[in-house]
Amino acid sequence: MLNMTIDLTSKPGSAKANKTGGWRTFIPKTDKNVCIGCGTCERVCPEDAIEMKKDKRHKGLRPKTDMNFCKGCGLCAEECPVKAIKMEREEK
Amino acid sequence: MKNKKNKDKVLISPGHRACAGCGQMISAKAATEGMGNNVIVANATGCLEVTTTPYPQSAWKMPWIHSLFENASAIASGIKAALNYKGKHGEGRAKNIKVIAQGGDGGTFDIGFGLISGMWERGEDILYICYDTEAYSNTGVQASGATPWAASTTTTPAGTGKNIDAIGSHQNKKDMISIALAHGLPYVAQSTAGYPMDITAKVKKALEIKGPAYIQIMTPCIPGWKVKPSDAMKLGKLGVETGLYPLLEYIDGKLVNSSKIDKKVKVEEYLKLQGRFKHLFKTARGKKQIEYIQKLADENIKKYELKK
Amino acid sequence: MTNTNNQILEGSRAIALTIKKIRPGVISAYPITPQTHIVEDLSQFKADGEVDYEYVRAESEFAAASIVEGASATGVRVYTATSSQGLLLMTEVLYNIAGMRLPVVLTCANRGVSAPITIWNDHQDSVTMRDAGWIQFYAENHQEAVEQHIIAYKVAEQLGLPAMVNIDGFVLTHSYESVRIPSEADIKKFLPDYKPKKNGYLDPANPKTMGAFATPAHYMEIRQALHDDMVDALKVIIGEYQAYREIISDSAPFSTSKQLMDNGLLEYHGPKKAKTIIIALGSVAGTIKEAFERSNNVGVLKLKVMRPFPEQHVLDIIEQVKPQNIAVIEKAISLGAEGPLAMDIKTALYGKTKAKVQSFIAGLGGRDITKSMIKKIARDIEKEDDEVKFVGSVN
Repeated sequence: MLNMTIDLTSKPGSAKANKTGGWRTFIPKTDKNVCIGCGTCERVCPEDAIEMKKDKRHKGLRPKTDMNFCKGCGLCAEECPVKAIKMEREEK
Repeated sequence: MKNKKNKDKVLISPGHRACAGCGQMISAKAATEGMGNNVIVANATGCLEVTTTPYPQSAWKMPWIHSLFENASAIASGIKAALNYKGKHGEGRAKNIKVIAQGGDGGTFDIGFGLISGMWERGEDILYICYDTEAYSNTGVQASGATPWAASTTTTPAGTGKNIDAIGSHQNKKDMISIALAHGLPYVAQSTAGYPMDITAKVKKALEIKGPAYIQIMTPCIPGWKVKPSDAMKLGKLGVETGLYPLLEYIDGKLVNSSKIDKKVKVEEYLKLQGRFKHLFKTARGKKQIEYIQKLADENIKKYELKK
Repeated sequence: MTNTNNQILEGSRAIALTIKKIRPGVISAYPITPQTHIVEDLSQFKADGEVDYEYVRAESEFAAASIVEGASATGVRVYTATSSQGLLLMTEVLYNIAGMRLPVVLTCANRGVSAPITIWNDHQDSVTMRDAGWIQFYAENHQEAVEQHIIAYKVAEQLGLPAMVNIDGFVLTHSYESVRIPSEADIKKFLPDYKPKKNGYLDPANPKTMGAFATPAHYMEIRQALHDDMVDALKVIIGEYQAYREIISDSAPFSTSKQLMDNGLLEYHGPKKAKTIIIALGSVAGTIKEAFERSNNVGVLKLKVMRPFPEQHVLDIIEQVKPQNIAVIEKAISLGAEGPLAMDIKTALYGKTKAKVQSFIAGLGGRDITKSMIKKIARDIEKEDDEVKFVGSVN
């Protein structure tokens, strides 16, 4: 019989199965009191690992970083207009 | 709520294998935000392809195809022709599907150059996006036609000899923007990883305009440029502020937008952050190259009317 | 059998008219002698409003192959044609098309390869591509070329394998013969409109990724599946060859009394027991058949398909006819070795027969292959050594 059993296509967004958080040496720590909720970090994250979410204790939105994927590049900290994010060496 | 909506438009998922802080990923992510949900992408071989699609996984959320290094443009032409055919044969929705081809500078300036020219000649409604890391990043940072003057790459390494080879690359970067314009493209634009919103807006605009479009984005390569993982956007901005890599937008051959320079930043500020230029700061000959690079930036400022 | 639809046509025109009736959605090509007349005709049909395919002008064969690849990946039937240097320039794309499992159909108007540059016929172009994962048909005459194109689409689309129909440049492309082109209705009955595999093409409604790269954990199985499906194509070709004759109303008759086998993969003409069998591909098979029309001891085995290689079917013939000598006459040479087809034949027969198999290279770069040359091969094979022989060369 015909062998066309191997599906050569990949499912959309299936790379999510690959957790890249293990690459990280530095971890972003956000001071949510300094954060103004502008969403720059969300936009610049090359992993698309940051989502702006409602935060009960603060007005407006605050970033939630998915540490399963954050590679610790520090772009969010570098680009934050109010310097609310600090990169700290992560203890594992 | 606005942000949530924006997030849904990102068509690259986490889990891809690009380096931490990759300038190309910042840019590709921003580009997908301007693509909408009715698009097909043809991708050349390169970092963007390799890091996103290890079988059976994919980081892409739109229909996406990779064939070879040099033929993303011709693959896109075939997709477009098939959609045209389907559009006339009972599949009306095919008419509205946008087609994008994309690749790195190697696939664009060098090996895929002839096929891109062929695609542009045909006048097909296809957007081509070049992610310009100014070298063959994927194979270990060899020089390409996009490598700028005096950059040290693995095939144009800076050296200690007396001849010109010692300065690193000693060819000028190919002017793809002019080449695109010479093909009569209705939309030609340049951007950098420093301005994701500019990238998104340009992709959106390019897709609105009928006919072939070209967007070239300077995308710093962390290992290739020997820069900090957090510096890709900073370099993208410095490229613009020095005049070396201005934001440009041409519609029907006319320069309609360019990044105006308030206070000129010297090219040293851009060069000194990058390991690929560090040899220039060590010798008198290197200083001369910096002067020459400053001259290139100044010429850009004049050519693209960047002075405020 | 009476044929009311016979026309005297140039080979290229017969193929163009067949492609027109097969109704591809996208055609892209780059001109190269001797393929040009085919794509000129297809362009003219478009200019005259007789067809609804998209015809994309490519700036190289590399682009043409890539364009039909992109269109095939978007789920439409496609066609391209080339020759010689053009086929070689397509090489990287052709391998990719096969690996992507896209049913592209291509006509190769066979021509020698450079250097020295030649425009004349031999098989060095297509034979070079035998490992690419493409089904390779070889036509003896116009009628067979027409039929093989229609069957090529049917097999390619079933198996997700690309197919190449080889027709000898000038000998077939530029010569006139009596030929029947089946009606569009008959073709459609045999070859329904192309429906790509679900999930197997680019569509925003089902946003799959195609062309992912494979690590060592996956690559080998994917290549093995490609091989397995190529091998399975043998059965499918035989089945479709039968079906073609059942469905197409005025198709060529099956075998004549002199044929022991005629199954779409190969044809044997000659005595039931022969001292010598001559094996060949393409138009020269006609000359060889004529040379031994009345022979009691020489048979002719014409291969119509070189890839997948019909090993078992070749073996069946050899075991039935029991020749002492097998001369493989081919228009290609694996430089530094011998004729590639001769190697395939030797592999197929290894340990199965005592017959001597010898490689004869003929007709390179358009050199005439005459009946007297062929008869001499049959006479000489008994006394020749085993070395590869260049027939008709003054050296």
